[in-house]
Amino acid sequence: MNKQFNSSRRKFMLTSAAISGGFALGLQLPAKAQDAVSGNDINIWVQINPDDTVTIKYARCEMGQGSMTSAPQIVADELDASWDQVRIEYVDVNEHFRMDRAWGAMVTVGSQTIRNSQEYLRNAGASARAMLVAAAASEWGVPASEINVSNGVISHAISGRESGFGALAAAAAEQAVPETVTLKDPADWHIIGQSKPRVDIPPSVDGSQVYGVDVELPGMVYASMATSPVFGGSVISFDATKALTRKGIIDVVAIDGIAVAVVADNWWRANKALEEVEIQWDTKGNGEVSNETILAQFNESLAAPDAAPMPNNAGDADQALANAEQVLEADYFTPFLSHSPMEPMGATVRITGERVDIWASTQSPEGLVGEMVNALGVEEENVYAHRVQAGGGFGRRGGSSDYARAAALIAAELPDGTPVKMLWTREEDTQHDFYRPLAMYRLKGGLDANGMITGWKARIASGSILNQMRGAPLRGGVDFTAVEGFTQLPYNIPDQFQDFKLTPTHVPLGFWRTVGWSQTPFAREQFIDELAVAAGEDPFHFRLKHMAEDELSRHILEKVAEAIGWDETPAAGLYRGIATTEPYGSYTAAAVELSVNDAGVINIHRIVQGINTGHMVNPDNVIAQLEGATVWAISAAMWGEINIDQGKVQESNFHDYRLLRMAQMPVIDTVLEATGGFWGGVGEPGQAPILPAFCNAIAAATGTRVRSLPLKHHGFSLA
Amino acid sequence: MELRVNNEIHEVDVEPEMPLLWVIRDILNLKGTKFACGISQCGACTVHIDGEPVRSCSYPASAAQGKEITTIEGISLDASHPVQQAWVKHQVPQCGYCQSGQIMAAVSLLEKKARPTDADINAAMTNICRCGTYKRIRDAIHDVAGNTAENTLAYEA
Ligand code: FES
Ligand code: FES
Repeated sequence: MNKQFNSSRRKFMLTSAAISGGFALGLQLPAKAQDAVSGNDINIWVQINPDDTVTIKYARCEMGQGSMTSAPQIVADELDASWDQVRIEYVDVNEHFRMDRAWGAMVTVGSQTIRNSQEYLRNAGASARAMLVAAAASEWGVPASEINVSNGVISHAISGRESGFGALAAAAAEQAVPETVTLKDPADWHIIGQSKPRVDIPPSVDGSQVYGVDVELPGMVYASMATSPVFGGSVISFDATKALTRKGIIDVVAIDGIAVAVVADNWWRANKALEEVEIQWDTKGNGEVSNETILAQFNESLAAPDAAPMPNNAGDADQALANAEQVLEADYFTPFLSHSPMEPMGATVRITGERVDIWASTQSPEGLVGEMVNALGVEEENVYAHRVQAGGGFGRRGGSSDYARAAALIAAELPDGTPVKMLWTREEDTQHDFYRPLAMYRLKGGLDANGMITGWKARIASGSILNQMRGAPLRGGVDFTAVEGFTQLPYNIPDQFQDFKLTPTHVPLGFWRTVGWSQTPFAREQFIDELAVAAGEDPFHFRLKHMAEDELSRHILEKVAEAIGWDETPAAGLYRGIATTEPYGSYTAAAVELSVNDAGVINIHRIVQGINTGHMVNPDNVIAQLEGATVWAISAAMWGEINIDQGKVQESNFHDYRLLRMAQMPVIDTVLEATGGFWGGVGEPGQAPILPAFCNAIAAATGTRVRSLPLKHHGFSLA
Repeated sequence: MELRVNNEIHEVDVEPEMPLLWVIRDILNLKGTKFACGISQCGACTVHIDGEPVRSCSYPASAAQGKEITTIEGISLDASHPVQQAWVKHQVPQCGYCQSGQIMAAVSLLEKKARPTDADINAAMTNICRCGTYKRIRDAIHDVAGNTAENTLAYEA
């Protein structure tokens, strides 16, 4: 690492200490910044202030998933701070880039925030604690080993001396950064594992929370835009004569040749005028794509002779199926889905000379910065991405930053220094998403005379998010996001073969909450039930007997079965379904109890939702995530679909992309398990077992096995 | 035209058909009221007009003249409204984007019916929450109402 880097880091230290009147304490840094600063005296995560408060930095994003609270809990625990003295502050994105990304990943996706940062966060807290202890030891002339730190108080029992953090902060900052620190035994955690109230909640109840859409700047102008309704299409020409005569209209511009934006003195005027811009679109040959053509393509993929085999294949599945007592085969279908977070896509960009400022709800500050560099050709270190709360992310704001690019290109058309806030309508948002892939699954299973699954085959046909969004080549021809759920079955099946058939369409694909795990369990866990029924066995016990080698899967499944009282007969007219999954490093299972009347009206009586995250930082937040994930899954199960006709999305707003509301909210009981030994994800795993458990219950109640979604197409509705 | 918002009179120069939502957000710069659908489907834009919950994205500004408009910023000065406090106590919001609208709907429900039943809540609380916070919204409303069965909390006070 070069000198410049070190000097800018030192400058950072001085500045931050000067601003706060406090001291930043030191230790190891993540990733490549680590080498550059060994032996340096900065801790980029912990700052002790003279008034005894402790500022803990938070690097990732917050969109309601709660890690802005839970990640600092980890630091505070190892620091032995009292939670009351902790203040939480976002890491500045520009500083992060100037310091060679010292804070590690900011991108907030894949239920990774806690899993992937817990180690360096624990180290940060422990190292800062050690430096405070060393400072106390030298000040008091006592051995460090005799010093205790608890709840923000440093004490030496023998001499009776005691100090808060603030008084020792300056001396602590002078101490050498420990080479290594010993992390606590989980049994000694006192803040990890506690349901601390989320720090971002108070501003959400009085309207003061600032989302991307809320940013207001002097001299700001506003834009609404229309992108080619056919994916991949472009603008041939547009006539803005009429629009330009309307009040407040400033400009009408084409963006990237694929969209037209109207700029006005307020957003409503811009959006009204946009309706009057006449745009000629070129569909670029995609105008004929429809549900039917896509389905035909996928059906071909299910039968195609050439597909990419998966690495976990074992034994001889064909032979096992040939020898089986009974063989079952079934095809499953899951549709495209949109994210539809409540805050539509939008961004505010201001270009001032070489400097770019951007305010946008995002899951990826890195993505925002990268998109500014790409769109405007500016230097990374001249991009200032400002922090705001995201009004929901669910993966939409973590993959592509297309909306930020659009805002940047509009800003580039305006006089230097003019901030522009670009905001999509809900219709634009629904029709220009990066959708959850449509996928089909062809499953085959063979049973022996003892009701054991002896052979298993799965063909997964899906587009590839990685390939389409990122242009990434697929390792072994398999997109691992599309096949998660099939890569390592929790069931012990000696002979299995699974393969992936890449099936690209022109529909943009993206990471939708729970990604592959949002859809593969719909097929896998229902097919397991189909096999159980064929074997004449109870679906819970059928699963258990195939799980002899998977302790953790068994554990959560048993806990959930126990919580719903699986082995007791339900009340008359009630039926149950169960499913298990192992997503994002966690183990989740669900059981659903419901009744269905003759008209197909489903009444969900109860959902039991269980998760084992290994270690668990904030239990109440885990419960909130499970509740939310269940709502998410039930919406998708009942009504979720994005249909394509003439190359365009047919759905446009919440009237035709229906989401669950209060009146249909089921009763949810959560089972939290923290068996230790690993750190699992939270935001996404909750959804995975809900869909199949729900559909298994419907099959139990009605005898109808629903193999394609949504349920509304099978005559079902929700009470 | 003249609009009375949160007990203050504002003179605004806007088209009569401009939805009240955009006057509130972009002209009066009160950002707590949110845009999410624009077609009266989701309730993110809920304000009170003469005490009634109204979806301001589909309500022309001109129709609000002479009426008392209350936004999320106007229900208390310091987040001290019992509904706001219950929202914090029950840790209701996730992303929070829908919650101004949810709170405005809940305040109105509780003003009309101090002890709402589950059925009352279902009927009055029709706003969409993509994060799925409905259970906690229900618990918080019951808590404000003093319907005690639901008051157990999983987190520390
Ligand atoms: S924005 Fe008004 S109801 Fe959705
Ligand atoms: S809290 Fe996110 S939409 Fe309701």
